[in-house]
Amino acid sequence: MPRYLIRRLGQAFLVVAGVIVLTFAIMRLVPGDPAVAYAGPKATAAELAAARQRFGLDDPLPVQLWNYVRDLLGGDWGTSLHTRQPVRDDLFQAFPASLELVGAALIIALVVGIPLGIAAARYKGRLPDLSVRLSSMLAVSVPVFWLALALQTVFASGLGWFPVAGEYDASLDRTSPLHLYTNITAVDALITGNWPILMSTLAHLVLPALVIAAYPAGVVAQMTRAALIEESSRDHARLERALGFGETAVLTRFALRPALNPVLSLIALVFAYSIVNGFLVEAVFNWPGLGRYAADSIRSLDTPAIAGVTLLVAVLYVVANLAVDLLQGVVDPRVRAR
Amino acid sequence: MTAPALTTFRRTPLRHLAGVDRLAVAGGVLLGVVVLAALLAPWIAPYPDDGGSATHPLESLLPPSGAHWFGTDQVGRDVLSRVLFGARTSLLIAVAVLAISGVVGVGLGVVAGYAGGWARDVIMRVTDVFLAFPALLLSLALAVVLQPSVTTVIVAIAVTWWPWYARLTASVAASVATRGFVDSARCLGVPAPLIVLRHVLPNSLTPVLVQLSLDGGGVILTAAALSYLGLGAHEPTSEWGLMVQQGQSLFTTDWWVVTFPGLAILVTAFSFNVLGEGLRARLSR
Repeated sequence: MPRYLIRRLGQAFLVVAGVIVLTFAIMRLVPGDPAVAYAGPKATAAELAAARQRFGLDDPLPVQLWNYVRDLLGGDWGTSLHTRQPVRDDLFQAFPASLELVGAALIIALVVGIPLGIAAARYKGRLPDLSVRLSSMLAVSVPVFWLALALQTVFASGLGWFPVAGEYDASLDRTSPLHLYTNITAVDALITGNWPILMSTLAHLVLPALVIAAYPAGVVAQMTRAALIEESSRDHARLERALGFGETAVLTRFALRPALNPVLSLIALVFAYSIVNGFLVEAVFNWPGLGRYAADSIRSLDTPAIAGVTLLVAVLYVVANLAVDLLQGVVDPRVRAR
Repeated sequence: MTAPALTTFRRTPLRHLAGVDRLAVAGGVLLGVVVLAALLAPWIAPYPDDGGSATHPLESLLPPSGAHWFGTDQVGRDVLSRVLFGARTSLLIAVAVLAISGVVGVGLGVVAGYAGGWARDVIMRVTDVFLAFPALLLSLALAVVLQPSVTTVIVAIAVTWWPWYARLTASVAASVATRGFVDSARCLGVPAPLIVLRHVLPNSLTPVLVQLSLDGGGVILTAAALSYLGLGAHEPTSEWGLMVQQGQSLFTTDWWVVTFPGLAILVTAFSFNVLGEGLRARLSR
């Protein structure tokens, strides 16, 4: 185990180093001058020079890269051009809301996707199977921004079943103010017993979470189905059938647990993907997360902010992958040998 | 006596066709319709000029009718015509991205798989870095720093897409490289580049081709998302993501402006996914 751990940590370290270099390279591709963007169009030559000095744009590239890495490690992720605040503070503020949204979406995806996958595997080649396969393919083919607009128009603006935008009703801040611990609104409201805000947050969560859940739910259903079909053709399943267990029991009581292993490692992959898909959904529902921050940054061509978001999501993805691998290494010794 | 005759009867071309996954056929047909629409857009579009910069302010935001099946947009252009022309943009992007990233990925992958050793390690570590970014995120970051255009979209997505093919090809090529016919070629003194080109490459392509057709949908969705964010195609190009973005504030009042381009994205991505899924099922049998 220690050797596996060290090798895997070394790999993750290399990837993070590469991610930083790549992010730096993309930022340096900027055709415009970041100093001009920061100092504004009416800046004097002296102000421009000061801005260049400030960002170290006169230094050779390797020196700039070194400074960039040093600043990152020291906690300085640069200053956002559109909020004029440190990018790191902006990210810390926005991330919990995204985590809340994507977390809710992944829970929906698992709750919907796994049973659908089981049903498809149970009735393989028949109508339930075909409809699950087709609807899961529809779910991964739908453009999220369009689905977000459609659901918002029909169920929020049209029927009025759900709130149109935002994270919770802002007027509740006056009547029942929220104490922040985790910065995740739903969690904080739950642990402090703030029911009005909790209910309002849940109502605001439904539509955006459903939209983001479409893709992972489709993938989870497909993966569960494939893994179950493979698992139920193994020797242990034949034995269970010989012992008189019905097909449903073979699938749910015996095949499901080993089949869920690949499904759960898939969730780590889908997590980062969903955060980025959330960018498009948050912009539509005005959800105060990373996505809205990213959309605002894109609109104002705010490179330091975009670099910060990119870096954060990529590092998150590496960490999530590492965690899943190590967890599987603990659960399943065969993984360590690979 | 009759048994052999029956077998020959069954081995007709029709029988062969029936063995192909029905899903793959359905996806292929659907995709064929989209491709035809794209190719024939200038001839089948009811108002071909509306695919470009024509404007008819007097006919703006007309609901669907016999004259305009999908209605008209803010400046009076026929939405059906723009959706048909949009198929050209989307398929062009998909083909270009898959071709570029396929060639780069397969090239690097086959080298990594056949050579092994440090060459494989270096190439795989580089793909690790690229794969740490969700595709939309990396192409988004790239598209922000380049000028918004269709070319930008193609470049930005291709840069994020090739590592998948490199990894897939590398693993297949590595197993092909251990097969007997490659050993015999090596023993005969065939130079390594020729072995890779003549023997390893052709035998490693099938999984990649299936993956390419599965990924068409992903490319279409990513490209539409970039255009929706204003980082891709711009006026007067007909592009589905752009059409959704331009019409989104009108969704409650003039639903057709947003609904049809969105459906077009959905149908195209869906046809790629169904085709790819059918081919994969066929391959794994």
